[in-house]
Amino acid sequence: MIMTPTAASTQNYSLRMFGSRVGTQNISLLIALIALVVIFGFIRPDVFFTGRNLINIGLAVTIIGILAMAQTVVIVSGGLDLSVGSIVGLGTMVLAVVIQDTGSVVLGVVACVFAGVFAGILNGLTIVYGPVNAVIATLGTMSAFRGLAFLLNNGNSVAIQANGLRSLGTGTLLGLPCAIWLLLIIMAFFVVFTQKTVIGRNLYAIGGNPTVARLAGIAIRRYQVGIYAMSGLSAAIAAVVLTSRTMSGQPSSGSQGLELEAITAAVLGGCALQGGKGTIVGAMLGVLIIGVLNNGMILTSVPTFYQLLAKGALLVAAVVIQERQRAHVGE
Amino acid sequence: MISETGYSNNGDASKVTDLPVVAVSNVSKRFGIVQALNGVSANFYRGRITALVGENGAGKSTLMRIMEGEHRPDDGTIYVDGQAVSISSPREAHALGIRVIHQEPEIIPELTVAENIFVGDLRARYAVLIDREDLERRAQQMLDAFGVAGVLKPCEICRGLGPAQRQLIEIMRALRPGARLLAFDEPTSSLTEEEAVRLFALIRKLKSEGVSIIYISHRLREVMMIADSTITMRDGRSVGEAPMQELDEAKMVRLMVGRPISDLFQRRKRELGPVQVVLDRMSTDKISDISLSLRAGEILGLGGLVGAGRTEVARAIMGLDTVRSGSMVIAGKPYSPKNPADAIRAGIGLVPEDRRQEALLLLQAVRDNISLVVPDKVSRWGFFSWRKEAELVHHHVEGLRIKTPSINQAVGKRSGGNQQKVVFARWQARGPKILILDEPTRGIDIGAKAEIYRLIESLADEGMAVLLISSEMPELLGLSDRIVILRSGKLAGELHADVATEEQILDLAMRTTHKRAP
Repeated sequence: MIMTPTAASTQNYSLRMFGSRVGTQNISLLIALIALVVIFGFIRPDVFFTGRNLINIGLAVTIIGILAMAQTVVIVSGGLDLSVGSIVGLGTMVLAVVIQDTGSVVLGVVACVFAGVFAGILNGLTIVYGPVNAVIATLGTMSAFRGLAFLLNNGNSVAIQANGLRSLGTGTLLGLPCAIWLLLIIMAFFVVFTQKTVIGRNLYAIGGNPTVARLAGIAIRRYQVGIYAMSGLSAAIAAVVLTSRTMSGQPSSGSQGLELEAITAAVLGGCALQGGKGTIVGAMLGVLIIGVLNNGMILTSVPTFYQLLAKGALLVAAVVIQERQRAHVGE
Repeated sequence: MISETGYSNNGDASKVTDLPVVAVSNVSKRFGIVQALNGVSANFYRGRITALVGENGAGKSTLMRIMEGEHRPDDGTIYVDGQAVSISSPREAHALGIRVIHQEPEIIPELTVAENIFVGDLRARYAVLIDREDLERRAQQMLDAFGVAGVLKPCEICRGLGPAQRQLIEIMRALRPGARLLAFDEPTSSLTEEEAVRLFALIRKLKSEGVSIIYISHRLREVMMIADSTITMRDGRSVGEAPMQELDEAKMVRLMVGRPISDLFQRRKRELGPVQVVLDRMSTDKISDISLSLRAGEILGLGGLVGAGRTEVARAIMGLDTVRSGSMVIAGKPYSPKNPADAIRAGIGLVPEDRRQEALLLLQAVRDNISLVVPDKVSRWGFFSWRKEAELVHHHVEGLRIKTPSINQAVGKRSGGNQQKVVFARWQARGPKILILDEPTRGIDIGAKAEIYRLIESLADEGMAVLLISSEMPELLGLSDRIVILRSGKLAGELHADVATEEQILDLAMRTTHKRAP
């Protein structure tokens, strides 16, 4: 439902480009999404379709959505960023500590963004100039950034009072929560970025085949550092949204495991882990599927442990589907 | 010795029967829209050397891959000793005695010669521990039996070995017990003449001991020298099988290309423009003291054996390899590129050797592949204009007659010829002053080949300076105005294409230097 306005605005660029680039995969995702909605709607018709619950889903997917779109760009370029969840944790702590110390939301957000971009650049430099495999590099920083988040206040959370920030978490505009508007704006940005800009198109080339990209005169290394910086920035924005909802800096709660959901959504949405393939619209459909699944499992009182099991299985299943498709198309 | 190595399993070499060791019957294989093999039948007999000739893309390698179990045929049957077999993995082919010696030997550099020979067969008798002494003893026996003990030591680590030694390991590996049919795929492409002579002696020895041999080569003179009969392939079919006595080089070429080769080239005289490329005593880690010049409207052929440094000249010009000494001048300006982006900015384009690995984004559309190096022509402020892009792409797709249902189709699904045309379209769209072509017609069918020849000629007519690297003699002779030949990373000579002959080129490229390849 949330998809409709953006899908329509994409069509304005060129109907045919939309068809060719977004592809048939999204239709199966849409069917899966509708199936989930029907199932949970059938089990809990009293709660699932209420406006309150739909907005809950929307809010829940805001954070994963931002991360999944950034992750899509990273994966398309042939990389992977496992540290985003930890950067969100670090971001909320930086934001909360700075607001607590200075009382200024603006300073806090600036510091949070700086921390995120800095963390991302650190990832990028390690990966490009190490050179270190992206999975290993970000597996390392995933732990390191989480450690840093704990260190900022000796492992304790930091509660804050800041009305400016609270309005992002609870305020509405034209009937939709501010956070969802933010998600839509970021999505529009990413769709245009990946489909319409030279830089975005070059990312597909780099992920598709770095040798080809290099021979075509694309400065691969600069791009790669930039991509991880962008991923860090997106994690910082996600951190601001998360903090605005909890009104506290949490070193771990709320941000742990976000990388899993972001990657799952991106892969569900059609990203090939080898790079060169994936779309923002697909990733957002993946996010909605995860969002509805999470929400539905809570509504139908599935125990937490089973939820974890289901999410892990979903990621593996998504990768299997991707690989099957690749083998099919490959020959 | 025969029982030691065990490659011959019925001992009595005098008992020659008419039953082929291995026969393929009506084998077909299709990859996407490409019919790689179309009803090919062939018999391979005991103690006979059958040459398999044909152009790149004629289906020779596909046939080999089917026989060694890498690919399954869509249709047709393989017989071993008259029994229909189904070969579904290289392991099964190996067990049946069918073994292929590949052009690029697969050697594990950190292991010894003996370990490399018996890799995959270190098993059984010593359940856990490898009996190194026994392994080296068995390896030594094989090396002695084939008279190559002077060239390889069983305990040597493979890292430092040259291409000829690596190839020997691959051959020894193939000769482990049970070898019935041995296929050599371009075995001499990276050997010196001396090493080639030794290889021929080894092949003849194997023949005399009853092994059936398939010899695949582009070098027709070698084929004439060693083979008993020749099967010629073209466009996935077998177009002729004849005993060697009935063939000469001209006949083979006519069978291979289906028409006299001279028809493929126009050989127009062109007006030469200003000098566009000057290399002055340029050296990298792989080539040394290369000097050459190239003018606008000129096609300069770069000949030599694989590994002679031709691609390395292209890499240096493209800014991929570091120039250690000497200098380059491009379009009158001193030029020292740090990366391909510098080269492209200076007006240089490259059609690389390996289309699928170095030139094309296979999963991406024809459109993206063509506009890859011209984003500035179809975008404003970094934003693509899809309309402008489509116009530009359509223009070149139509101009080069690229067959594709739509410009949004993935390029990986196109045929080799159409893929190569996409690479050419990319550079035509950009319009560089200098275009480097590295094996521009490798693996594409004869029809597309003729079109690409015409395209190359028309690019030169328009004033592009073309550096043409090619291993195909007719192509090199037919397209070039001048030909520079490299040997072991150095200039070996220069010929005027009007008067040059294939023999002269080969002579310059192969002249024995009494020095082993590194």
